[in-house]
Amino acid sequence: MTGSAAETAPVMETATSWGRTERVVALTLHPVFASELVDRPGAGAMRRLPVGLRRSYGTTVLPEDEVVLDLTGLDRLVAFDPETRILKAGAGLSLDRLMRWSVPRGLFPATVPGTRFVTLGGAVANDVHGKNHASAGSFGRAVTGFTLLRSDRGVVRVDRETEPELFAATVGGLGLTGVILDVSLRLVPISSSDLMVETVPFGDFADFLALSEESLGRFEHSVAWVDCTARGARLGRGLFERADRAETGGLVPHDPGRGVPVPFDAPSMAMSRAAVSAFNRAHYARGRRKAGRVRTPYAAFFHPLDGLRDWNRLYGRNGFRQYQCVVPNEAAEAVAVMLDVVSGSDQGSFLAVLKRFGPIPGEGMLSFPMPGVTLALDFRNDGASTLALLDRLDAIVREARGRLYPAKDGRMSPAMFRAGYPALEDFTRRVDPLCGSRFWRRMTA
Amino acid sequence: MTDAAPAPPRSVLVLGGLSAIARAAAELHAAEGARLVLAGRGKDRLEEVAADLRLRGASAVETVDLDLAACDPEREAPRLVAACGGTVDVVLLAYGMLGDQLRAETDVDHALAVIDVNFRSAAVWCLVFARRLEAQGAGTLAVIGSVAGDRGRRSNHVYGAAKGGLGLLVQGIAHRLAGTGARAVLIKPGLVDTPMTRGFSKGGPLWSSPERVAAAIHAATRSGPAVVHAPAFWRWIMLVIRNLPDAVMHRTKL
Repeated sequence: MTGSAAETAPVMETATSWGRTERVVALTLHPVFASELVDRPGAGAMRRLPVGLRRSYGTTVLPEDEVVLDLTGLDRLVAFDPETRILKAGAGLSLDRLMRWSVPRGLFPATVPGTRFVTLGGAVANDVHGKNHASAGSFGRAVTGFTLLRSDRGVVRVDRETEPELFAATVGGLGLTGVILDVSLRLVPISSSDLMVETVPFGDFADFLALSEESLGRFEHSVAWVDCTARGARLGRGLFERADRAETGGLVPHDPGRGVPVPFDAPSMAMSRAAVSAFNRAHYARGRRKAGRVRTPYAAFFHPLDGLRDWNRLYGRNGFRQYQCVVPNEAAEAVAVMLDVVSGSDQGSFLAVLKRFGPIPGEGMLSFPMPGVTLALDFRNDGASTLALLDRLDAIVREARGRLYPAKDGRMSPAMFRAGYPALEDFTRRVDPLCGSRFWRRMTA
Repeated sequence: MTDAAPAPPRSVLVLGGLSAIARAAAELHAAEGARLVLAGRGKDRLEEVAADLRLRGASAVETVDLDLAACDPEREAPRLVAACGGTVDVVLLAYGMLGDQLRAETDVDHALAVIDVNFRSAAVWCLVFARRLEAQGAGTLAVIGSVAGDRGRRSNHVYGAAKGGLGLLVQGIAHRLAGTGARAVLIKPGLVDTPMTRGFSKGGPLWSSPERVAAAIHAATRSGPAVVHAPAFWRWIMLVIRNLPDAVMHRTKL
């Protein structure tokens, strides 16, 4: 806060991703202005990994030998055009701050992921998706352009029309195509900050498919939670939530508080099989009781876990693994097979989420969403046994011609990655020669 | 300030417009439609901050490229006041420099730089604007001090002495302005997560965000005592630290 133009000095920091399975000590820069990076002496030769709020679970946000560029300081609004509703803002602006600005003005991002503690740059770099994928597509679809700092070309303005390849490589490009400095995105008008949410219990996976089929086009948002500890006839039971924007009601931004902190690493017992099973049973019962249509503030619907700060610490010192896959609609049964495998294992998944992706394709070469069913699972990190279970799931996904979400990954094989992303070669040609990450090193080793 | 509604937008002069805490405070003023003047070093960067504040509701934002620690406040003040529209409702003095305590112990020039930035130049700004607000018969001089100024400690006594001296000055100005319609207030933040404290290990319960400190500043520009801690719990921590006997204090590394 010297109030001066002094350049930010790099500091050594311990970096970890949201899953907390790995820790890396790395030289880290915290620029507050883009000019600190653009004009930095020696920056031309520095290997770099741009990161935001590091809500990615695995190794895409961890450096191998790169300097980490923490861009959360680039969080200013730059320009807004009320005609087109296009907002240009620093890449480090979080959706949390963006919505606190936009909601009172009757504006909302076209889609938001399951946490609002993501930066615009991170949302682009992972082409994140939300509960309205069927109608809105993924995040990149509302992005009209961005500014990229390339080690080989300097500052490049990338618009969808003028630089279509670099645009498509950067959306979902895991921060590997250069440093995103700012993002322009089109916001959508809202007349209320509330949603009308309907909760429908379902008994098995076939019911989920029927419900999600029936809800497509009728509801803007939909998501389902599955009880992953239920076995036999109850396998695949869960709660289906579908929602539309309320048409009336105030434009009330969410509470700026960071939520209730989890002050320490929970003992690993906290996520024991018995505890997970009890939670899931109770959650299902509660959902059944409150089934029906309820007016809900947007934060409670979109970001229920953001109310509990650092919830990842609940998984204890060893962290946890998240696994998210998508399989095409014609192979949707593969999800039932996966649920069976998970439920038959001793590794309960605390949070299992099912969603149906709609037909709008991702804009990026490495965009994760494709038409089909996506399943996200959390597992406490128990080392080899967890990895073995995930390998079994990989085989099912691959057989179904599905793919895994790199933002969630810390262990998939290069072959699995190649199989899921046919545009990978095109993408690789557009990677910035000085950008890298632990994930990318593993995929290209 | 009376609470007659709706109050006209206030004019707010920020000395140190690039400081993280100042920016967060300016955001709160902008949301009320304030007219803002940001003074600091670097036109381009100030303009980036200004653009953000305009979109957040400020009725006008001007920037003045100025090395606040090295210029002549007496000479510069008139144009800053003019940029505010002729009347200043709030002057927020937010620039500062933490420096390096160990270096300051052996490098006299560094020690002097810390004292010049945090005390000498800041004191002159305070005296110049105290006179201005006194003449206006209205307005608040809000100055960011530090809990480091509450007790001399091994880890930061050069910075602490400068901030402590500034604190006494502002406290005295508050006393002097009492009854004139103008006010002065000293805000003493504790540990704040800003670029100034990069390299500290952060994340414990004592660390606050610039937003939280800014909320305390914003409230203090309206009313309240002449000296406030931000967040308020620091008042109790510093009460304990100020009263620790030397025999105990000297066994710590605080």
